[in-house]
Amino acid sequence: MIKIDPSEITPKRLYLSRRQFIGSSGAVVAAALALAACKGNLPTSEAALTPVAGITPQASTSTDELGDPLTSFEDITHYNNYYEFSTNKEAVAKLAADFPTSPWSIEVSGLVNNPRTYLIESLQKFEAEERIYRLRCVEGWSMVIPWSGFPLHKLLDEVQPTPQAKYVQFTAINDPKTMPLQGSASLSWPYVEGLRLDEAMHDLTILATGLYGQPLPKQDGAPIRLVVPWKYGFKSIKAIVKIELVDYQPVTLWMQAAPDEYGFYSNVNPNVDHPRWSQATERRIGEVGRRNTLMFNGYEKEVAPLYAGMDLNKDF
Amino acid sequence: MIIKNKRLDYWFPILVNVACLLPIPWLLLDAWRGNLTADPIRASILRTGKIALVLLVLTLSCTPIYTIFGFKPALKVRRSLGDYSFLYVCLHFAIIVSLDFGFNLQLISTELFNRPYALLGFITGLLLIPLAVTSFAPWPKRLGKNWKRLHRLVYVIIILDVTHFILSVKQGVIEPYLWLILTLFLLLIRIPPIRRFLSGSLSLPS
Repeated sequence: MIKIDPSEITPKRLYLSRRQFIGSSGAVVAAALALAACKGNLPTSEAALTPVAGITPQASTSTDELGDPLTSFEDITHYNNYYEFSTNKEAVAKLAADFPTSPWSIEVSGLVNNPRTYLIESLQKFEAEERIYRLRCVEGWSMVIPWSGFPLHKLLDEVQPTPQAKYVQFTAINDPKTMPLQGSASLSWPYVEGLRLDEAMHDLTILATGLYGQPLPKQDGAPIRLVVPWKYGFKSIKAIVKIELVDYQPVTLWMQAAPDEYGFYSNVNPNVDHPRWSQATERRIGEVGRRNTLMFNGYEKEVAPLYAGMDLNKDF
Repeated sequence: MIIKNKRLDYWFPILVNVACLLPIPWLLLDAWRGNLTADPIRASILRTGKIALVLLVLTLSCTPIYTIFGFKPALKVRRSLGDYSFLYVCLHFAIIVSLDFGFNLQLISTELFNRPYALLGFITGLLLIPLAVTSFAPWPKRLGKNWKRLHRLVYVIIILDVTHFILSVKQGVIEPYLWLILTLFLLLIRIPPIRRFLSGSLSLPS
């Protein structure tokens, strides 16, 4: 990874542009209040690689492959859907601060020839690479995040799934003592997610252990999380402790909570609406206004063959 | 129990008016200082919506506060609380149309009919218009008895408003249900036998 001097990537003008943009939003709120007509298309903010609390975010480039700027480190680490801690996205960073991530081990078991339990440190043998991915939340907002991690298939190749293995089931940690909302009965903890084996083996699917060149922050799923960029964000399960190869389609936490709203696949698809809202557009964090949501979150070329012949309205 | 205090009678409506207007500079200040989360548009939509709901709940609390505690100034602010609620509904709507959807009317109408919660919110806002308009002179006098009948629409409106909130959140978020409970409580205590029981020996006109 290229090391960039922070002073080089963070000119003050750019660093202040976010403030300016928010200020201009405020002005528009005022204009709306006066019921005066206001201009709809405000300039979009640029991603600011702003140093936060002694941390210097590092990324090899400032945009994704479509030319859209990276979301700031500050926003990625202070706007988190992590229901084990809170349903308030701004509260997660603080609540997760004391979450213990060491020691940590991951059990990889089920229909595999070499079941193993990995200490988190031992996963360093899978060389971490930078992956700049769009993250599209099912709620209708999105970010561009420079993850570091390794493809899941590297891990699966080592444990060798048996021919009976058809799906991969991921389980997150169950720790009601440090995760305040796991005590609530509204969802069935721990968080469980699943992928079809071919989805799990796809090169875009990674286990992330860092972002912006930093170890993965706790609020973003430390010490290790899944990232499946063509699916809604909730599929990318955080704080994984168990990966099981199974021959049945796993029942995920969200499928259990609302089967008509959250399907097993949950691929980003602008043409299939959530029962209670449209998925056609999204708001990119740091921008004013909306942009059109891309099929498979812009990874159509890479992943569409996985779903050839499937009715994506039915298998949503 | 009857609360009577002349100074409070004078200051209470003034305090309520100031309190109802404060969220506007508060929102602008937060917007200016970048305190509106990573998604400031969503945050301002949620905040104005929440304030509108809170004010509507407060509007419905005035009568019970009077019948149970005999606190008469509550009745004086009832109408303005409702009007302020409408003000925040307008702000909520204006932010959605301008900052969120950039006046893209086609997109707005598609989304409106795609999202049950949005349609419900829109209807709720429309229903508030006749109440807001007729809350000012000369309408109360001109409508006479019908004014009270018309304004009973607020019982329907608040249920729609809370439902709008419930439908807009993901599973697992319990806050809107707490508002539903509070709303149902406020409606329940208006049922005549319950109201009579609660007002007890006060025998105040409702």
